[in-house]
Amino acid sequence: MLEIKNLHASVDGKEILRGIDLRIGDGEMHALMGPNGSGKSTLSAVLTGNPMYEVTEGSITFNGKDLLSMKPEDRAHEGLFLSFQYPVEIPGVSMTNFMRAALNGKRRYHGEKDLTAAEFIRLMKEKRTLLQLDNKLANRSVNEGFSGGEKKRNEIFQMAMLEPKLSILDETDSGLDVDAMKIVADGVNSLKRADTSCIIITHYQRLLEYLQPEIVHILYKGRIVCTGGMELSRRIEAEGFDWVRNAD
Amino acid sequence: MSNELIRQTVEKQYEYGFTTDVHTDIIGKGLNEDVVRLISQKKGEPEWLLDFRLKAFRHWLTMTPPTWGHLKLPEINYQDISYYADPTVKKPQRTELDPEVEKTFEKLGIPLEERLALGGVAVDAIMDSVSVKTTFKEKLQEKGILFCSFGEAVKDHPDLVREYLGTVVPYKDNFYAALNSAVFSDGSFVYIPKGVRCPMELSSYFRINARNIGQFERTLIIADDDSYVSYLEGCTAPMRDENQLHAAIVEIIVKENAEVKYSTVQNWYPGDAEGRGGVFNLVTKRGDLRGNGSRLSWTQVETGSAITWKYPSCVLRGDNSVAEFYSVALTNNYQQADTGTKMIHIGRNTRSTIISKGISAGYSQNSYRGLVRATASADGARNYSSCDSLLLGSNCGAHTFPSIDVKNPTAVFEHEATTSKISEEQLFYCNQRGIPTEQAVGLIVNGYAKDVLNKLPMEFAVEAQKLLSVSLEGAVG
Repeated sequence: MLEIKNLHASVDGKEILRGIDLRIGDGEMHALMGPNGSGKSTLSAVLTGNPMYEVTEGSITFNGKDLLSMKPEDRAHEGLFLSFQYPVEIPGVSMTNFMRAALNGKRRYHGEKDLTAAEFIRLMKEKRTLLQLDNKLANRSVNEGFSGGEKKRNEIFQMAMLEPKLSILDETDSGLDVDAMKIVADGVNSLKRADTSCIIITHYQRLLEYLQPEIVHILYKGRIVCTGGMELSRRIEAEGFDWVRNAD
Repeated sequence: MSNELIRQTVEKQYEYGFTTDVHTDIIGKGLNEDVVRLISQKKGEPEWLLDFRLKAFRHWLTMTPPTWGHLKLPEINYQDISYYADPTVKKPQRTELDPEVEKTFEKLGIPLEERLALGGVAVDAIMDSVSVKTTFKEKLQEKGILFCSFGEAVKDHPDLVREYLGTVVPYKDNFYAALNSAVFSDGSFVYIPKGVRCPMELSSYFRINARNIGQFERTLIIADDDSYVSYLEGCTAPMRDENQLHAAIVEIIVKENAEVKYSTVQNWYPGDAEGRGGVFNLVTKRGDLRGNGSRLSWTQVETGSAITWKYPSCVLRGDNSVAEFYSVALTNNYQQADTGTKMIHIGRNTRSTIISKGISAGYSQNSYRGLVRATASADGARNYSSCDSLLLGSNCGAHTFPSIDVKNPTAVFEHEATTSKISEEQLFYCNQRGIPTEQAVGLIVNGYAKDVLNKLPMEFAVEAQKLLSVSLEGAVG
């Protein structure tokens, strides 16, 4: 699915990622943890092609294709999805228009016809029900006036609509109450298939208990310093990151 | 902005920039009393109308162009323009319309054959100085509705024209209004009788075709007591390197409990990416809400013209009258727009609303200018104004010049204004969902303008949305 080799990236001339190596296979779920400023969000930004970040060295292959040479929208069409840590508000643009532009864009990229209005509305309804979003969603402006929890559920709703191959959940659990977290986790689990993969960036154990990732990485100062199973995340929950810092 | 985007922009320019090769009778360049007489004579006008023109012309000679607009308007040589061009003069025998003219309007998406017409829209098609065809005239006449070219109205309904012409926009009103009053050629005339609800949308489509001509159309709409009409106006012009002058007047009279909706999608040729050519759109539009309980709304989507100087206004004379102004003005490249409205509250308990959305890109300058006034008699007058500006890029300008003048202590006027930019975060969010930047800008701008676009009739709203996106191609990269 994804292979990152010796990835270095900087923002405003400051190097944040300092040699990341990471392989994610089909159907795998990986958790990415690490103290603030370790480069977790930078990695998700670089993967999705955010122009604020500059890749200075290394390569990323996504399903056999050179990801770094692709435009952000083509990366999305190829099946890469980011659930934003801070979803952006777009006043006046309805979720319907927004999702239709996104979904039909992807369909055209793959040589498929646009969905008809009826097909699209049916799909929206099916997916929003999964995330327990009400029928007002269709006409609401993208993220405008959404509560923190609604914004995060709306991210996973979009993920459900676009059916990505690789999803990155960047602190999707932060700011969620217990009930909302369960909705989000159930949503993510129900979208899981043998050929889809997931990177979960989080500080907390709770979401990981719901999602049960096979592999946990710890990122520190722009490098993956430790890889293991859920025992790593449990240790962080119990002890914090001091032992990672001390080992450095 | 990437080279690819620049290339796309240059290639996908103005869609309506073609010219029509049709025999056109154009009078010589220049302006004097003889030219005014010649126009009047060509149109076979009665003496009183020639008098009106001559008075206006003599007054115009004493005036100077207004300079208060936030515009760099080059000096116009009024002797270097032709004031009358007639493309219908040499039509083939026994056909109603020159096929070339008919094809032109077909290409513009305005079929002049009634059986092909857009559902529920009657059209008055005006090319250069002459109305070439008005559709559904007979059908409307069954209800007593008069919809014809201004020239025909002068011949067939002289009393109505004489009673109302110049009563909303007097020829002394301003420099361009005086010029128009002297040399106006054709335009549309609408009369809706008492108690009649016009069953179709009425529309005028203005097309400038000939070179070096000025278009001076004049539209007069009268809505008698308890009547209703929705009126649409569209305009395009060929791409030419030299500027073209368009100085129009629209007068609307709204009587007791009558309602008029006037919608414009203005897409005159805006000039090229370097600012060469384009139409100077210098227009006076005003509605007089004479009757108690009368209503008038102006909705405009302005994307074209090199220079726009235009303030569709309302005089709220009747008690309880209601006026609205909804505007989206988009400027790109080197376009300049100074546009807004005047709301003059005279009657009691009159209400007005102003929603203005300016969008500036490229090196353009976009100004909102508005006046809200309550005279001493305007007890309980209310106004709400909201003026938003959206900037795309850092080389363009957005300006707001609101003025409020209140002579009545019971009047309540509110004004809100915002300026915003499309953020990198918004664009990247769209990109990440698979929406390319160009399309994202179109979506965001349409979202920003939604409150105004929603006021347009359906067919127009769809056109306007496309127009906003196309006009911005390449504006952000």
